Amino acid sequence: MSHDLGISTGTWEHLSNQAIAAAGVVYFLALVAHLVEWSALRSLPVTAVARAAVPAGGPPVTEEAPPRSAPPDESTRFRIAMFGNLALMLTVIAAVAHFVALLGRAEAAGRVPWGNMYEFTISGSFVVVAGYLLLRKRFGLAWMGPIVTAMVLVLLMVAVLWLYSPVEPLTEALNSPWLVIHVMSAMIATGAFTLGGITSALYLVRSRAERRGSDVDRGYVARLPSLPTLDRVSYRIHAFAFPVWTFAVLISGPIWAHQAWSSYWNWDPKEVCAFITWVVYAAYLHARATAGWRGRNAAILALVGVATLWFNFIGINYFSTTSQHSYASGAQVSSQVAR
Amino acid sequence: MSTTDETRYDPLTPTEPPGLPDRQAGELTAWELLRWGWRQLTSMRTALVLLLLLALGAIPGSVIPQQGVDALKTENWQAAHPHLTPIYQKLSLFNVYHSPWFAAIYLLLMVSLVGCIVPRLFVYWRGYRKQPPPAPRNLTRLPDHASYTTEEGPDVVLLRAARTLSRRHRLATSGDGTTFEGADEGWVAAERGQLREAGNLLFHLSVLIVLVGFGIGSLFGYKGGVILVVGNGFSNQLTQYDDFDPGSLFNADKMEPFCFTVHDFSVQWITSGPRQGMARKFQAPLTYRTSCQGDPSSWSPQQSYDLRVNHPLTIGGTQIFLIGHGYAPVITVRDGQGHKLYDGPTVFLPESSNFESFGVVKAPGLEAGQDIGLEGLFFPTFALVHGDPINVMGDDKNPTISMLAYVGDLGLNTGVPQSVYTMDKAGMRQLKKPDGKMFRVDLQPGQTVALPDGAGSVTFHGVRHWTRLQISRTPDVWVTLLGVVLALVGLLGSLFIRPRRVWVRARRQDGTTLVEVAALDRSGGGDLAPVVSSVVEALQGEPARDAEGRRTEEGTRA
Ligand code: HEM
Repeated sequence: MSHDLGISTGTWEHLSNQAIAAAGVVYFLALVAHLVEWSALRSLPVTAVARAAVPAGGPPVTEEAPPRSAPPDESTRFRIAMFGNLALMLTVIAAVAHFVALLGRAEAAGRVPWGNMYEFTISGSFVVVAGYLLLRKRFGLAWMGPIVTAMVLVLLMVAVLWLYSPVEPLTEALNSPWLVIHVMSAMIATGAFTLGGITSALYLVRSRAERRGSDVDRGYVARLPSLPTLDRVSYRIHAFAFPVWTFAVLISGPIWAHQAWSSYWNWDPKEVCAFITWVVYAAYLHARATAGWRGRNAAILALVGVATLWFNFIGINYFSTTSQHSYASGAQVSSQVAR
Repeated sequence: MSTTDETRYDPLTPTEPPGLPDRQAGELTAWELLRWGWRQLTSMRTALVLLLLLALGAIPGSVIPQQGVDALKTENWQAAHPHLTPIYQKLSLFNVYHSPWFAAIYLLLMVSLVGCIVPRLFVYWRGYRKQPPPAPRNLTRLPDHASYTTEEGPDVVLLRAARTLSRRHRLATSGDGTTFEGADEGWVAAERGQLREAGNLLFHLSVLIVLVGFGIGSLFGYKGGVILVVGNGFSNQLTQYDDFDPGSLFNADKMEPFCFTVHDFSVQWITSGPRQGMARKFQAPLTYRTSCQGDPSSWSPQQSYDLRVNHPLTIGGTQIFLIGHGYAPVITVRDGQGHKLYDGPTVFLPESSNFESFGVVKAPGLEAGQDIGLEGLFFPTFALVHGDPINVMGDDKNPTISMLAYVGDLGLNTGVPQSVYTMDKAGMRQLKKPDGKMFRVDLQPGQTVALPDGAGSVTFHGVRHWTRLQISRTPDVWVTLLGVVLALVGLLGSLFIRPRRVWVRARRQDGTTLVEVAALDRSGGGDLAPVVSSVVEALQGEPARDAEGRRTEEGTRA
């Protein structure tokens, strides 16, 4: 395809790298804007917002409308609204640049941009941002802004500093339609689980603050939705991600593994870890249905799940002894075609 | 949740004991103890703990090398950790997924699963056609509720409620259910989403199906590997395999009687750009017959197939995969008298991604002590850089062998099986040049070199490709596949169907009618406030969204 546009592979790759850098800078600015927004908030009691009476039958107030009963300090209110909007705009711009980077990478490689760790990381972090932006309105996720931007920023930094590898062709075994299906579903699930992890972490933060009876009316904690809402949003996100992960790891993965490596399930470390992640999330879903485990314990399990998920993605390549998932180690066609 | 009669619907109920009366432990009879144990085992909490144990138990296998996954790595690890090895061995840590303790976890989980699911199946079956339970007395005690007063009579309100809620809900009402004529008080109970529980049951049952399928596959199936030099044939018999890994109930008679010949092997080497040195488009054209044992007249017709990575050949229930390739230099070894001791392609194993390969040639001599052995490297594209031999790439642009030569006793007759890839040099003497310097067999295609001491000669004719094929049979794999698909369907139902109950109560009070609406979500994932408010909206004379419902309503009133 790259020939059609008269742009060389190298140029696309260059473009992609620059777009990633640009996205990183803009995410950083978005994070700064969010921090300014939150620091301005610190001085405002938001009791009225957080505790706003839910009109009988009306939807609970979870949107981030600036506090209605704010003190007369107009400039503070203005600052909050302005920086909130600014942060959102910057995040959108960064996400666009991020997407351009993925496109450039895809053009340069002539395939989907998830053939190695670097590509998987930038694609996966894009899913996180896209999920946040898409669900922001629906689930009232505005309060997630600073965390999402900070996290994606860190992920992009890790990707560029440690995981970067130039565009290279796929090993033959990866060259299959299943790459698109399997990896895409794994990535979507990873992005969603990550969002779910954030809501679960915030659940813990808020429940801790409430238990300590500390000041839940001010600052960040006050802007978080109520515990039941956090719990519900977490559950919904996990309920979406779990079947996708099931499909990625336990259906499309084995089918592809069978085609490429002649074995549905080989207890390869990456497979084992994906299985562990799956079991932990199954436990999370069970925990929510078990008296005495819902809420706090379920949230902790969700965090364990995210930890195994990301460990599997990044960590396993450094600790594992044997892995057939060769995208982890770049182009390695050794003695065996497929490995 | 405690405010409603959740007993029949709470998914936990069938498995959670009502709680034994407070008694001394000694008073428990054995039977009670057994029942108590069973209930514990099949409780949700136990399932949760077992799931976590399963996750924990799987961890060592991803950190410690596993015998079944990579035997060589495991051996190296064991050699490097002499103190830990015996302890790990006792704990089956090199074979976690076949260890007794791992099996214990998942067997317990399965027992718990069956014990949990089967009673729930019955409960579900019996409960499915039952009407929703009556509205609780005090609806305002539920977390999601609303109320209002109106001039309309309770009968009108309730009728409208029944009409509104009849869409996609099952209904139960006070009175005879069709009319609330003249009633001063009444209720409507609506329920939807019972299929969630069905999805959940289906999912858990499918987990069992998957395991059964998996079990059949690994008990009756097998997996084997063979390295075939291009031009050679293979027929599907145990003896033809280089390595073979049968399931414990595998029966060799069930092996399919096919055979095939690999005619060629081609590969494309990338010679420039960042992809330089990589190979792709592996292709091994072959011809096969699905049945070729016994009398040739009964053989099936010959068919051909282009074997490629990601494109296995399926013959009956057996699949053949291309998983590796390499080089087999064609070498002839003669003894001092010119007798041919060895002749043919020899499989060399690649040692690096550029296919610098290692191999040995073992040529048994005509007399004892006259064996000739060669050991060394094959370079597909040989080059000398500053006097050092290097291999430039994997393509065979400048094939060269560079080997050391030995004479003596290879130990082939001792009866101890030997690997064809290593040479036992205990009885061998390395050949040196007459001046005592190192002697190497450095040859390019077509060249011959005489060995020192008149021991003989070695000729390198050229090189052929070999392919490594994996052949495996997984019987009844469709059972697993079916289970997996059903599990996914069940899971989607279980996660996305929102079971919900809505109640409306109306009663006349001081000349007006007090209407109470409440809703309950049994999945814990629903947001009910909008539901309640939309029901209230529909009841407060706002036209119900369903046009048809309104028309009938007016018809009734007229
Ligand atoms: C291999 C083991 C198991 C796996 C992988 C598994 C997986 C799951 C999953 C993913 C869910 C979520 C679906 C939902 O929320 O409705 C679920 C729900 C459930 N599981 Fe399991 N499960 C297993 C074993 C068990 C066992 C042994 C029991 C019984 C003690 C059990 C009882 C339940 C119940 C009652 C629910 C419904 C929870 C609810 O209504 O939200 N499961 N299970």
